Amino acid sequence: MQYVIIGNSAAGIAAVEGIRQTDKNGKIIIISDEPHHTYARPLISYLLLQKTTEEKMKYRADDFYEKNHCQVLLGTKVTAIQPEKKSIRLSDGKEIAYDKLLLATGAIPFVLPVPGLDSVENTFTFMSLDDARKLGKALHKKARVLILGGGLIGLKCAEGILQRVGQVTVVDLAPGILSSILDSDGAKIVQDHLEKQGMRFKLGQGIKSLDKNVATLDSGEQLEFDIFVMAVGVRPNIDLFKAIGPVGKGIPVNERMETSCPDIYAAGDCTESLDISSGQRKMLALLPNAYMQGEGAGINMAGGEAYFDKAMPMNAIGFFGLHVLTAGSYLGETYSLKDEYGYKKLFYEENLNGYILIGPIEKAGIYTHLIRDKVPLATLDFDLIRQKPGLMAFTKEERSKKLGGVSR
Amino acid sequence: MAIRYIYSEYEVSRNTDRCIVCRVCERQCANEVHTYLPEQNKMTADESKCVNCHRCVSLCPTRALKIIKGNNTYKENANWSNKTMNELYRQADSGGVLLSSMGNSENYPIYFDRILLNASQVTNPSIDPLREPMETRVYLGSKAVKIERDEKGRLKNNLLPHLKLSMPIMFSAMSYGSISYNAHESLARASEELGIYYNTGEGGLHEDFYPYGKNTIVQVASGRFGVHKAYLNQAAAIEIKIGQGAKPGIGGHLPGKKIVGDISKTRMIPEGSDAISPAPHHDIYSIEDLSQLVYSLKEATEYKKPVIVKIAAVHNVAAIASGIARSGADIISIDGFRGGTGAAPTRIRDHVGIPIELALAGVDKRLRDEGIRDQVSVVVGGSIRSSTDIVKAVALGADCVYIGTAALLALGCHLCRSCHEGKCNWGIATQVPELLKRLNPDIGYKRLVNLLTAWRHEIEEIMGGMGINSIESLKGNRLMLRGVGLNEKELEILGIRHAGE
Amino acid sequence: MKRVYVNEKWCLGCHLCEFYCAFANTGEKDMAQALKDLKINPRIKIEEQNGISFAVSCRHCREPFCVKACISGALQANDGVITIDKDKCIGCCTCILSCPFGAVAVSEEGVVQKCELCVQTHEGTPRCVEGCPNNAIVFEERG
Repeated sequence: MQYVIIGNSAAGIAAVEGIRQTDKNGKIIIISDEPHHTYARPLISYLLLQKTTEEKMKYRADDFYEKNHCQVLLGTKVTAIQPEKKSIRLSDGKEIAYDKLLLATGAIPFVLPVPGLDSVENTFTFMSLDDARKLGKALHKKARVLILGGGLIGLKCAEGILQRVGQVTVVDLAPGILSSILDSDGAKIVQDHLEKQGMRFKLGQGIKSLDKNVATLDSGEQLEFDIFVMAVGVRPNIDLFKAIGPVGKGIPVNERMETSCPDIYAAGDCTESLDISSGQRKMLALLPNAYMQGEGAGINMAGGEAYFDKAMPMNAIGFFGLHVLTAGSYLGETYSLKDEYGYKKLFYEENLNGYILIGPIEKAGIYTHLIRDKVPLATLDFDLIRQKPGLMAFTKEERSKKLGGVSR
Repeated sequence: MAIRYIYSEYEVSRNTDRCIVCRVCERQCANEVHTYLPEQNKMTADESKCVNCHRCVSLCPTRALKIIKGNNTYKENANWSNKTMNELYRQADSGGVLLSSMGNSENYPIYFDRILLNASQVTNPSIDPLREPMETRVYLGSKAVKIERDEKGRLKNNLLPHLKLSMPIMFSAMSYGSISYNAHESLARASEELGIYYNTGEGGLHEDFYPYGKNTIVQVASGRFGVHKAYLNQAAAIEIKIGQGAKPGIGGHLPGKKIVGDISKTRMIPEGSDAISPAPHHDIYSIEDLSQLVYSLKEATEYKKPVIVKIAAVHNVAAIASGIARSGADIISIDGFRGGTGAAPTRIRDHVGIPIELALAGVDKRLRDEGIRDQVSVVVGGSIRSSTDIVKAVALGADCVYIGTAALLALGCHLCRSCHEGKCNWGIATQVPELLKRLNPDIGYKRLVNLLTAWRHEIEEIMGGMGINSIESLKGNRLMLRGVGLNEKELEILGIRHAGE
Repeated sequence: MKRVYVNEKWCLGCHLCEFYCAFANTGEKDMAQALKDLKINPRIKIEEQNGISFAVSCRHCREPFCVKACISGALQANDGVITIDKDKCIGCCTCILSCPFGAVAVSEEGVVQKCELCVQTHEGTPRCVEGCPNNAIVFEERG
């Protein structure tokens, strides 16, 4: 059995671990266009923040490939999949045969075609270790940084570099930051916190045009900058698959991570999946999702049975010590609590649909569990759990299963 | 009250260098002795509430606590001791009868401690119990007087119902109500594992414990609480309780506030009503009356179960025992004046009854003299504290012993003697839900099994040393005993010689 | 694999498990010295209300959501024991968001901490289990 995995990040690595749960001997070939040992992609902002190092941010230990008997082709680009021949072609023309193929190609930064972007000398995206290295080199104490995009990537980038530059300004079309995961109250709290650290925001407007070191915002305001970071989002990297099968927002897969082509699987940010908290198919570019999809794909590729049907949005981020945890969809009735410690908002109908926690985050996973496992709120003490997540809110029997039973 | 007559008997000594303010002492004290002072982040204690149960001391993870005797003292007086004065002040405060729990704690002679055991030298070699079989099994009940054969000469089974025990020890009567469900479960499970018996006391038998019936002795006492046909038939034996060593001549009283839930159901009395066991059985005024009850119970259980009659050791115990032996009872149980209780009037507990050693010797002699010793087995209780007490009791003539206090100690009791307060911090003598759970029967039963397993080893060791390989050969073997520091009369009653003789 | 199991029926809410846990993780020899004047942040925590109490610590799930969700690779299952590499952890708290038992928490160092069954600190039975006076937490093989 020969497994070929395209992609060396969370989904790809998870697939190796999935395969090796059942098949200890099959040959695994990992191909990545990045030249690095597998690394924790979301940690690139922490690298700039100097909270981690390239060594520490390795996603798996140095001996990972060796221990799992993987052949790794780094810095190698796959140019085509040939399903009829069950092989792939590399940029150097070489072909590699596969019995099972996994596409774990991830996502690539979305580059907004802002007029005049070409004229900007110091422009960066923020998605890979190479991006971070390049950006890191460009930073200096006096640099004025303009970041387009007040979402997760833009703000983590901003946090990562704030102390190392003169000034950071974040521009976003949305009226509030982190608009995909926070409501306006939550966004305000986080924004206040970031502003206190020295970050500046221009919200509710885009960049009309760029001209070398000057950005003109929709309002007409002009901003001078030295470094420009494009962080408006990512799109799934689906080009390889597009040539052989239909795609939607990402590569469509079933619960076994099978694509429409036999023996070809896909996992991670390049796929579109069913968000169980909203019932919609969407791209969920999140590491936990990528891992679980990749692991499921690996198990299935090796002949096992794994179903991943628990995808949903969830994010854990922190900015200068302020924790922000969110999950699920913001549908249904709400319960919110705002005090000097932080902010909480729950969204629920018969089940918990989603939540936002800013500040105190203890035991948040219990809320996540309610969403993922669609626990009917009628079966627990919702008054209690909405104030304070804990196992106390469950029935005695349920607790006894959780704490005395054998956990999955 | 503006004048405080009653001082704390104990002081809580806290080593602040070791105290880590984990507050376990506070959380575990039902008497609310310990308090946390948040401003100073330290613990403090109100020792006036302390009963000296040692729960806090035992659980303190850094061994920072000690309970020491308060040294407040009145002017020395050999006649009016501090204790006597305090009791008097207490009664002048309350106008009530003094109540106490557990056994007589006064300084009367303990005859077991004045009796020494023999061992073999040269002529009658001792036996190594690790190498040779050693029998501790006993049977309790009326013995067949002679061997009978049928017309073909085959042996006839003329054995009367009896109890078979792996060792001569049983758990004495402690009612569900006076002790907790978990204490009962511990006793029941330990009995099953050890092959011995426990006794329900006069509290009925909780249905949960029916599966332990073959290791259960059920009691029929003057209140007749919890007695019904299934109860009797569930058991291995039935005990008629006439008296209790801790309070001879006195009935029992479980206050209505303890008659809740399952306890009310098990006792078959309404919740909240006082459970009053009358001092006498109102249908027993003679041995003949007793005999009627014995046979009523045998009738109800188809003569399949031995009947025990339990009495307190009182002055004319030997004559009473003789009567009981003739009443049809299979086993006589005698409870000495040091026997425990959940609550008794202090004066009764401390001043009524006689020591079990003397009662036992007297009863055994009387029954033998009358030629009826084999009609009954004799079980003694009332402060059996160790394997040597058991060996001495057996050599004085007992078939078996009952242990109560010793069993409770194994379960955690520290003899604070506050059972009657109902706030037992060890989860034994309480019905308060959060205190109950402190006794986990998984642990409790194991500790009981450990204790008796250890005692059994010791009994075998001692017997081996005497050159005796079966407990039956030790029974009534008073030659194995010698008295020390006893007078002629005491030696005569005990039927033993003085050491050196 | 042996795991810590909790039976709330026997939990006394005495909190000793928390203190033994904190002690075990100080690496000190003497508990009094180790915990004197220390505000503990144990890896096992009691939940209590209305006379009910029980200890919660990592269940060491067979399918550990926290490990799968960990964005840094700091959480790993080693022979079934879920461990955290403090050097790799950057304190993003995705594991806190993931753990259905609420058994992962932030440590004083700003990274996360969780029960590691005392594998690093105390050979054999975890300290919380040893210190439990009532067998409300046990360390055994089940299922």
